[in-house]
Amino acid sequence: MYGGGNTFEGIKSTGLETEDPVKLAEFEARIERGEKIEPHDWMPQLYRKQLIRMIEQHAHSEIIGALPEGTWITRAPGFKRKLALMAKVQDEVGHAQLLYGAAETLGKPREQMLDDLISGKSKYSNIFNYPAFTWADSCFISWLVDAGAIVNQLANARGSYGPYCRALERICAEESFHLKYGHHCVIHLATGSQVQRDMMQAAFNRWWPPMMHFFGPSDKASVHSEILMRWKVKMSSNDDQRNQFLDMYVPKIWELGFTLPDPNLRKNTETDKWEYTEPDWEEFKRVINGDGPCNAERLAVRRTAEERGRWVRKALLAPKTEYVAPLA
Amino acid sequence: MNEQALKELLYKMADDQLILGHRNSEWTGFGPLLEEDIAFSSMAQDKVGQSQALYTILHELGEGEPDTVAFMRNADQFHNCQLVELPNGEYDFSLIRHFLFDTAEAIRFEMLSNSSYAPLAQLAKKIKGELRYHTMHANIWIKQLGAATEESIGKLQQSLETALPYALGIFEPSPYEQELISEGIFEGEVALQDVWLKKVEEVIGQTKLTMPDVASLTPAFGGRVGKHSSHLQPLLDEMSEVFKIDPGADW
Repeated sequence: MYGGGNTFEGIKSTGLETEDPVKLAEFEARIERGEKIEPHDWMPQLYRKQLIRMIEQHAHSEIIGALPEGTWITRAPGFKRKLALMAKVQDEVGHAQLLYGAAETLGKPREQMLDDLISGKSKYSNIFNYPAFTWADSCFISWLVDAGAIVNQLANARGSYGPYCRALERICAEESFHLKYGHHCVIHLATGSQVQRDMMQAAFNRWWPPMMHFFGPSDKASVHSEILMRWKVKMSSNDDQRNQFLDMYVPKIWELGFTLPDPNLRKNTETDKWEYTEPDWEEFKRVINGDGPCNAERLAVRRTAEERGRWVRKALLAPKTEYVAPLA
Repeated sequence: MNEQALKELLYKMADDQLILGHRNSEWTGFGPLLEEDIAFSSMAQDKVGQSQALYTILHELGEGEPDTVAFMRNADQFHNCQLVELPNGEYDFSLIRHFLFDTAEAIRFEMLSNSSYAPLAQLAKKIKGELRYHTMHANIWIKQLGAATEESIGKLQQSLETALPYALGIFEPSPYEQELISEGIFEGEVALQDVWLKKVEEVIGQTKLTMPDVASLTPAFGGRVGKHSSHLQPLLDEMSEVFKIDPGADW
């Protein structure tokens, strides 16, 4: 589950002057023709660097994203929900596995990416720095955070780097089940008892601001990078993605009788765009830079898992003297 | 058909699968490597699904709805062995438990696929196919880590010694042992333990681990009659936390 909102920083220097101009022109022409770039193909350093950054952040978002929902696996009410949520969160971890594999094709090993996650050097979707207090919060995530991720990931699946696109196609197919599962859970709360409805409404109130942050800063404020658009690394603008999400899901939320905590939220029929109160981008920056409600907790869990599992990974690397026969 | 005997057998199997499935699911997001995270999650789904299928057979025999039976009982009404309710601990303990338990379950369901009680025989044929992958997974890891580094061998050895008395609790004598055997429902816990021990010794023999002398151990009995460690009730409280907000509600 990844919104892509905090992927790109301002590019201080493209370094393109040091690239071979003939190869660069050939590379750009291939992308222009809609061809995919594969791991052994020539690519500019900037392209490699930005892709590693993006795919790595996406992978981190999957394993960190497994934590707020994962807490609810052991609490899921009834067999149907328990089994579905286990499968759903397992998918997310599987996405991380696929994505770390895709990023590794660009030359950065998985262990190093995980080290950078734990040290705080590389980021993940900001929304997972907020706590899932109730069952309804986990339903919100399964429906709407996954829905938001699909908007971003479908766009990225049309990008130029082959391994990432192929991973995304599979990921999006799975996420579409997550969204159906999440929607199903929310419908049951919406049509249930007053306690269930109230629980869901509280989740909407809590999660709406981080959801609006999910796609990243407004185009007015965010770093424009024409070159990343041209290379099909970044596929659509943050505001376009946010607008697409609002267009698809706000009517569905209203239809269920819930309200959203923004009095200015409406669709402008003349521009065909959604209007809303500008999200608090100061909070967004603060949370990305480590000062959110759960940043420390999420990274501590990850760090503990890495540390506790180190002996296992070490043992796997040990040459085996005793057991060499085929396993099956 | 001795229905009491059949229900006793079904309840303890269903409760075992549910509780260990729950414990396995606690590894989601915490595995020593992503692949193990995913593997434990798969096994958790299989086990919880198997428990649901067993509770469904019980429901057809007149017991409550699977959701109610699973989510509304207290610890003293559960018949799982104590092995499955123990906290996950470190990966070595979870792995050893998985190995000891699933080796027994693979044999149990193999035996049950010939049960005279047709619904159980039919279900056992499906479950034994799933368990084949669980034991393959356990054996691969036991053989790898049980012969790798001094550290991994030491950790596994210690967990093996801790877990074995509890594993013997899987085979706690059943008051219905003779009825189950004579009616051809199940070959019995004694026969199961016998085959299990040979299988466990065979795998351990392919590692640098030492198999303790099982005859000298005191088995952790009690689970089958509702006597549990202090770990089960908190697990059940957590499991039913949302369900109990409104047990009649549709979630």
